[in-house]
Amino acid sequence: MRGAVPCRRGAGGARAMAAGGRGWFRALALGVSFLKCLLIPAYYSTDFEVHRNWLAITHNLPLSQWYYEATSEWTLDYPPFFAWFEYVLSHIAKYFDPQMLVVENLNYASRATIFFQRLSVIFTDTLFIYAVHECCRCINGKRAAKDILEKPTFILAVLLLWNFGLLIVDHIHFQYNGFLFGLMLLSVARVCQKRYLEGALLFAVLLHFKHIYIYVAPAYGVYLLRSYCFTANNADGSLKWRSFSFLHVTLLGLIVCLVSALSLGPFLVLGQLPQVISRLFPFKRGLCHAYWAPNFWALYNAMDKALTILGLKCNFLEGTKIPKASMTGGLVQEFQHTVLPSVTPLATLICTFIAILPSVFCLWFKPQGPRGFLQCLVLCALSSFMFGWHVHEKAILLAILPLSLLSIQRAKDAGIYLILATTGHFSLFPLLFTTPELPIKILLMLLFTVYSFSSLKSLFRREKPLLNWLETIYLIQLVPLEIFCEIIFPLTPWKRHFPFVPLLLTSVYCALGITYAWLKLYVSVLTERIPVRQKAE
Amino acid sequence: MEKWSLMALTVLLALTVRWAVSLGSYSGAGKPPMYGDYEAQRHWQEITYNLPIRQWYFNTSDNNLQYWGLDYPPLTAYHSFVCAYIAKLINPDWVALHTSRGYESQPHKLFMRTTVFVADLLVYIPAVILYCFSLKETSAKKKVSSALCILLYPGLILIDHGHFQYNSVSLGLALWAVLCLSHDWDLLGSVAFCLALNYKQMELYHSLPFFCYLLGKCFKKGLKGKGLVLLAKLAGTVLVSFAACWLPFGTDVEQIMQVLRRLFPIDRGLFEDKVANIWCSLSVLIKIKNVISPRTQLKLSFAVTFLSLLPACIKLTVQPSLRGFKFALVSCALSFFLFSFQVHEKSILLVSVPVCLIINEIPFMATWFLLVSTFSLLPLLLKDELLLPYAATTPAFLAACLASFSILEKTSAEDLQLKAFSLSLKGYVSWFKSFPRIVRGLFLLSLALMGVLSVLSAAVPPPQHLPDLFPLAVAVVSCLHFLLFLVYFNVVILWDSKNRGQKKIS
Repeated sequence: MRGAVPCRRGAGGARAMAAGGRGWFRALALGVSFLKCLLIPAYYSTDFEVHRNWLAITHNLPLSQWYYEATSEWTLDYPPFFAWFEYVLSHIAKYFDPQMLVVENLNYASRATIFFQRLSVIFTDTLFIYAVHECCRCINGKRAAKDILEKPTFILAVLLLWNFGLLIVDHIHFQYNGFLFGLMLLSVARVCQKRYLEGALLFAVLLHFKHIYIYVAPAYGVYLLRSYCFTANNADGSLKWRSFSFLHVTLLGLIVCLVSALSLGPFLVLGQLPQVISRLFPFKRGLCHAYWAPNFWALYNAMDKALTILGLKCNFLEGTKIPKASMTGGLVQEFQHTVLPSVTPLATLICTFIAILPSVFCLWFKPQGPRGFLQCLVLCALSSFMFGWHVHEKAILLAILPLSLLSIQRAKDAGIYLILATTGHFSLFPLLFTTPELPIKILLMLLFTVYSFSSLKSLFRREKPLLNWLETIYLIQLVPLEIFCEIIFPLTPWKRHFPFVPLLLTSVYCALGITYAWLKLYVSVLTERIPVRQKAE
Repeated sequence: MEKWSLMALTVLLALTVRWAVSLGSYSGAGKPPMYGDYEAQRHWQEITYNLPIRQWYFNTSDNNLQYWGLDYPPLTAYHSFVCAYIAKLINPDWVALHTSRGYESQPHKLFMRTTVFVADLLVYIPAVILYCFSLKETSAKKKVSSALCILLYPGLILIDHGHFQYNSVSLGLALWAVLCLSHDWDLLGSVAFCLALNYKQMELYHSLPFFCYLLGKCFKKGLKGKGLVLLAKLAGTVLVSFAACWLPFGTDVEQIMQVLRRLFPIDRGLFEDKVANIWCSLSVLIKIKNVISPRTQLKLSFAVTFLSLLPACIKLTVQPSLRGFKFALVSCALSFFLFSFQVHEKSILLVSVPVCLIINEIPFMATWFLLVSTFSLLPLLLKDELLLPYAATTPAFLAACLASFSILEKTSAEDLQLKAFSLSLKGYVSWFKSFPRIVRGLFLLSLALMGVLSVLSAAVPPPQHLPDLFPLAVAVVSCLHFLLFLVYFNVVILWDSKNRGQKKIS
């Protein structure tokens, strides 16, 4: 589908270009959808059962029991809109296999069930495809390349539609991120198109589908306040306080309140709000997931482990006093650090807040239009990923996908994107640990990485290289790391005593890259000067 | 973007699709007592690993030929032996004599799939890539998009990585032979073709064009001088490569005769199952199998095949050209498929791969043919529960062809290489102006028909007194298509005159 090269001759060139434009997008979207269909028989994780359970719960039980039902260990822990979404799906599901809608049928996975659940992900991805289409439209293609393969919009469409992370998380591991990211990208596109109310509405809805998107809410809040509630700037780009519009604030507030009322209202009436909240924010789950997401805490934990070992060697510590829990053993549990101070949820919250703050200030004081908004959004997502409590490795997609939009506009961002996307995607590898999926994940990863490198390189070939030598070496070393973790390590005797070593290595190594990308992006945003031309806006 | 990274992406995409298809079911999964082709290949590994080479093709107490006896030439047997050797290293149960019969497990499936994947990666894919790079008078983009379409051809992927066979080896070797011939390395080409022939005897479908092309080349060089030398060299090469392949069996005549009997089982009947050739389609009207004696059937099919081959072969011998050679490969293989004795539905791949070779010359017709050929495999794929990969890869292939060749705009007589033919018809036919539109309409109609039949055979249970209704309908519809394609390819071959080149110069 890469070779979409419509060569039309003669008159009506513009129209032909437009038709060709539709053609390549359709080919890309169709191609990836068919690939998703091919992945239907692949491995799926426990998330498959999670969603089946939710289908059953919402189908059979009254609203008042949705957040109390606990037959399965996978209780409903997404906001109400997602529950309603499952409710709607369940009414289609009954035509496929009514057995999957029985709450007691734990781990039920008939052929029809698999087929239905997989197809539901593929079909809801239509929203994602539409959102990508809108994003491609709002990215201004100043560089009118003759070659369709070098058009920024084409590259963006591939980077988003064929995103490795989304493919494996949604269509192999099993989740519904596709349409959720569709909502997010659509709201981003609407905000960029200055259709602020629509953007705000979409984002508010999104928040009530999956609350993880609260990570990026500060960017939305500040940007909408700055660009929508205040209607004008001073000549030097600073805020004109007098331009404050009460109407706009009221409208925004109304939208947010209405959406929240629609979602949480019924539970408020039933008096179940505390229960819903406690399900949504399970702080008992521990600092890190079973597999450490490659963030600051992974480095912190690794440092703690290293110091422990060092301390034991040098007899600073007594072996008997050390708790025996190993975090990567596979269970979600609370964990005591031995040398470094233990981290509480509040501490992570404060760290996250501090990390987000500069980017938000930057958005307020150095408004740069949609680009500044996107930068702040990515920084919010990344900062929360770096310091959040119980972060999943999948959350990195929250930063990678919006950064794709930036990557095709400036060489600097493209370089950061390549580092972040490659390490972030690599850190998703442990999600798929079954042997039949090993070739698939490697091939898909190569496909996406080769494409992103070669396309961005050719897009910015007139500028200096996207990556310096250190970054290049860092990324290349992912290859031996993967070979070691997947092939060499299982053959060594260490496998039995230290089964967590591959995971630990992967998450620490990726954490370095992601931290680096985060810092680099931060530095580039903070040191950036406002071009004079933009002040007029 | 650079040519190389585009080609790398193409290959990666092709590999991804192959592995994704291989996640699905295979032929005879969980269907005792006979299972399917998967078990056949595993059984051959068991036989070749455990028995001495002299017993491979003989019915003994350890080798029941009724149960998937080896019926492919020696190279397949050697390949099985190598695979068995690796299998033994991983898990000896997989190839244990007798006890491993019907062995099925997830790791074993993974192993078998990997062997096909590796064979494809080593033989077929490099041949396709090199072939596309060696195309003349085409832009880099066109080369890449040809490679993309060829590598995404669903028929071969579904049969090899879904149903389970090693067609990519023999077809890949044949491709290597074509590649060598197109670089004028005739000896190397004939070695490659001999290897292909010794991997699967079905490669005989391709043998006549190879023979006629090389013979014609010798004639062209003059049979008294250089031509004779070349002919002698070629004959020698063929003999040596055959001898090398058959060396372990060459000890006595009985061995060779037994292998040959296994390779050409003339007692199996005119056709098997519901195959989209002329005999099966005719049997809807007349039960040929009952009317004519098996001997006569053999003679009849031989005669018809020979007659249908004749024009293309004579033309190629008289005017050997690379382009003619590729078209002759298509038309000869198609003739064999349609008219010869004991044809399998999978043999259509032998036609499809040469069609892939001319996809950049006649993208519209090639795509059409490749779609029909995949459709003709539908009953087999349904039996193997490969409906999902079929339904995903076939439209994806169509989308790839549409995007890379915009085939719907290439339906004029010139694009279909029918210019010469239409010129010779001028004056007799008046509807030629609307020819492109008619062709496009026919194409869409045929697509719709195939789509409807696919949905029907997948979703609707057949009426009770006609259990074979849909497979038969698929066979007949495909057969009609193939007949038209045969006529088309023969017309292109016969009207392809040298003045094409001259016109371009003037």
